[in-house]
Amino acid sequence: MSAKVEIDFTLNGVREQRAVAADMSALAMLRDVVGLTGTKYGCGEGECGACTIRVDGVTLNACLMFAVDCDGREVTTIEGLAATPPGEKLRASFVEHGAVQCGFCTPGLVMQASHLIEKNPGAGEEEIRRGIEGNLCRCTGYRKIIEAIAGAK
Amino acid sequence: MGEAQKTVARETLIGKRIPKMDAPEKASGRTRYLHDIDLPGQLHAKILRSTQVHALIKSIDTGAAKRLPGVHAVITAADVPWQRPIGVAKDHLPLKTGRVRSLRDEVAAVAADSVEIAAAALALIRVEYEPLPPLTDPVEALQPGAPLIHPEPHGGDGGPQLKPGGPVAYTGKPDNVAMTFEYAQGDVAQGERESDAVVEDVFRLHYVTHCCMGVSGVIAEFDASGNLLLHSNTQVPFLHKREFAEMLGIDPGRVRIIQPPIGGGFGSKLDIYPFEPIAIFLARATGRPVKLVYTREEEFEASPTRQPVLLKLRSGCTRDGALTFRAVETLHDNGAYTSWGATTPFVMMQTVSSLYRVPHCKYRTRAVYTNNPYAGSFRGYGNLQATFAVEAHMDRLADAIGMDPLEFRLKNAQQPGEVTPQGMHFGTCGFKECLSTAAARSAYQRKRLEHASRQGDASPLKRGVGIASMLHVGGGAKIYPSDGCGTILKIDDFAHVTLITGASEIGQGSETVLAQLVCEELGLPLSSVTVVNNDTDITPWDVGVHASRTTFIAGNSAIGAAKKAKDKILAAAAAKSGRASGDLQLSGGFVVTPEGEKLFELGKFLRSLHFSDKADLVMTTFYYEPPSHHQDREFKGDVSAAYAWASQVAEVEVDTRTGIVKLLSITAAHDVGRVLNRLGIEGQIEGGVVMGQGYALTENLIVEGGAVKNPSFRDYKLVTAPEIPEMDISFIETMDGEGPQGAKGVGEAPAICVAAAVANAIHNATGVRITSLPFTPERVYRALRGKLEAPVWNVPA
Repeated sequence: MSAKVEIDFTLNGVREQRAVAADMSALAMLRDVVGLTGTKYGCGEGECGACTIRVDGVTLNACLMFAVDCDGREVTTIEGLAATPPGEKLRASFVEHGAVQCGFCTPGLVMQASHLIEKNPGAGEEEIRRGIEGNLCRCTGYRKIIEAIAGAK
Repeated sequence: MGEAQKTVARETLIGKRIPKMDAPEKASGRTRYLHDIDLPGQLHAKILRSTQVHALIKSIDTGAAKRLPGVHAVITAADVPWQRPIGVAKDHLPLKTGRVRSLRDEVAAVAADSVEIAAAALALIRVEYEPLPPLTDPVEALQPGAPLIHPEPHGGDGGPQLKPGGPVAYTGKPDNVAMTFEYAQGDVAQGERESDAVVEDVFRLHYVTHCCMGVSGVIAEFDASGNLLLHSNTQVPFLHKREFAEMLGIDPGRVRIIQPPIGGGFGSKLDIYPFEPIAIFLARATGRPVKLVYTREEEFEASPTRQPVLLKLRSGCTRDGALTFRAVETLHDNGAYTSWGATTPFVMMQTVSSLYRVPHCKYRTRAVYTNNPYAGSFRGYGNLQATFAVEAHMDRLADAIGMDPLEFRLKNAQQPGEVTPQGMHFGTCGFKECLSTAAARSAYQRKRLEHASRQGDASPLKRGVGIASMLHVGGGAKIYPSDGCGTILKIDDFAHVTLITGASEIGQGSETVLAQLVCEELGLPLSSVTVVNNDTDITPWDVGVHASRTTFIAGNSAIGAAKKAKDKILAAAAAKSGRASGDLQLSGGFVVTPEGEKLFELGKFLRSLHFSDKADLVMTTFYYEPPSHHQDREFKGDVSAAYAWASQVAEVEVDTRTGIVKLLSITAAHDVGRVLNRLGIEGQIEGGVVMGQGYALTENLIVEGGAVKNPSFRDYKLVTAPEIPEMDISFIETMDGEGPQGAKGVGEAPAICVAAAVANAIHNATGVRITSLPFTPERVYRALRGKLEAPVWNVPA
């Protein structure tokens, strides 16, 4: 219910101009204003990673970022990543390795994995484990997620 | 095998690594969970919860909240005098009247144009309380003079005004005992006389909670005729349909439940919780769709927990290693209301009486009301608690008589054909194979001796191995009048199959395994099947996704429907080709002869049935009811059509300077009947093991004075990727005669004995036995220094 701020940014390769409340999170903007629901609310305080997005290439928790801070930046969500070759490769690997159960954490993990692979294409198992420690999964026990990321490199 | 037979030996799907059918959507962010659905005209709801642990409600002033722009309805119990108590014991009114009994208690609710307005409206509601003495210690609940939690009737029009034939109400309780369970077999006193070794311990099992990554939520909507449509995450849609209908006083046929993909279940969605009726009340009050979704903090504070238990166990054996008796008494902290947690003794007593052969047994539970959070069902359903105690005593008794713990277990392990005194019939039973496989693959016996011999070494890092096993229902659980599941199967003109099943998908992979079983019968690829499983107006009845039952029960149901379809197709093909139908098969999308000759392409053949003089479509139904039995009044009975077994060896490293316990590996051997989908079953085991690891080492819902002190993932520690152990998983395939393609249920099994194995491993590493969970650094550090207070049994008789 605070004042609206005009922002201008790139979302999944498309330029967007939106008026958003000053206190709105990037997560709320993506889900409720733009209507991209692949980015999930899991905790709202940066502990679970379900809302992982990439901003100027870096992964962060959309719930901890103000929507207004997207201004002038390049934002990628799971919907954007999924439409690219690296996203398709990750999806295929997550599917093939059984890394998906309820799937609620999956978009965040795929986002985090894309960043991890890009930053460190030679990442070994330990580095992959460390690389996704900010993403919680309650179903899989992580084993198959680690294998999926290793298999998508 | 002759050449001809070889040509038709089609490739089986059973045992293969089959990716989940819903995974591509989920991994690309396209899956629409309940949270992602917004209906036109939808309002957003929030609940005002009690600020008092125990108090009388003196007044509620909703005037200011109602005047806030954008607020459509503010309701309290006074607005829904027809509401009925919900839950397992029907002791729980969705909106509280007269008294609040816990901090999660629902006092009022708002429906507004946005979540923000609803939250602002809550802040304007004024509630005046008269505090009552809180009761937050379950032991105290049994003391004379303890505060009473449910002294007066509630529900209907409110206690004394209740009219005969009027709304159903809870009658109240003159004490705090919510439920009791007593079971006995043989004569424990005789067993004790025959014992050469007797051990006794008190165990304390803590609060943990499900932590589904998708928080709880519901969307309720009435149509113009008063029919209710719920978008719900429930695990038991058909039971809830009936209960909501009773609450609303309408025919159950007028309640439709759609389950969007569910972001984790684990048993948390087996009971109706107040938020669901409250959303319904608000939808009725406003005439609009009402969406109610929890925050994570609310999820921690107002969702069910695993049942916390204080447990006293006394066990004995002879000097040559035969178990003689077991006596168990438990105190269950029921919390303020009764949900499924109170009934976990059904499972606990099975482990006590029947995991190992023990002639004399007695079991007693009292579940008592307090002002604490209340426990629901949670993967394993009491079995983690019971197994933790029973397996500690298997090690202690083996120690007492100087026997190798593995040998001691093998000597007392159940075997195929056993009928236990509790009436459980073990048809297939791979327990001994589980024990020997897990032990051999982990080098358990050698490592146990080596690690024990190093307890006195100078190194501060100690290693240990521990073994534990479990028994759990693996062929359904006959709790309700039926434990069945229905299937409707349709094969269209293009040989595409629509499998309509009552079974709910909660991420475990049921739709994939059901499709796989159908394809196996019909000789079709998995891409030929669409599964419809989430709409009670379409799907046939199922009792729900619980008790590790779905693959077994819904699998048999799906196979039954597919067999009928196959019979029908082959009979028609036989008539057309002049061959005996027994000679024909379905394979690779064709009707084929034993020699492999393709007689008819299936789609073409189905069209020829359809567009003929005697037009016919291939649509079949099947209802599978397992051949199991309800327990009698003494809790005896063969409740499951099959039983699952597992043994797990944990290896740990204990840092004696810090108390940090690192779980290095879990070597698991599971009797799963038969592997259907190898990828899926590995995922179930791995996920269950890590959930068990959390129970053992990191997770602890801290409840003090009735309040949850750590309602966030920052302070409630789920296991993260760097912490998971190495996992070595073996499948013991006992080919259960009743199971679908020989399989048994496995969903809960892997989580059950991890903590027990870890406890035994810590003992092997350090010589210290810890009987309370979780094994946090602080607890272990104190225990290693003799400074941990062991749980005591100070419960009034």
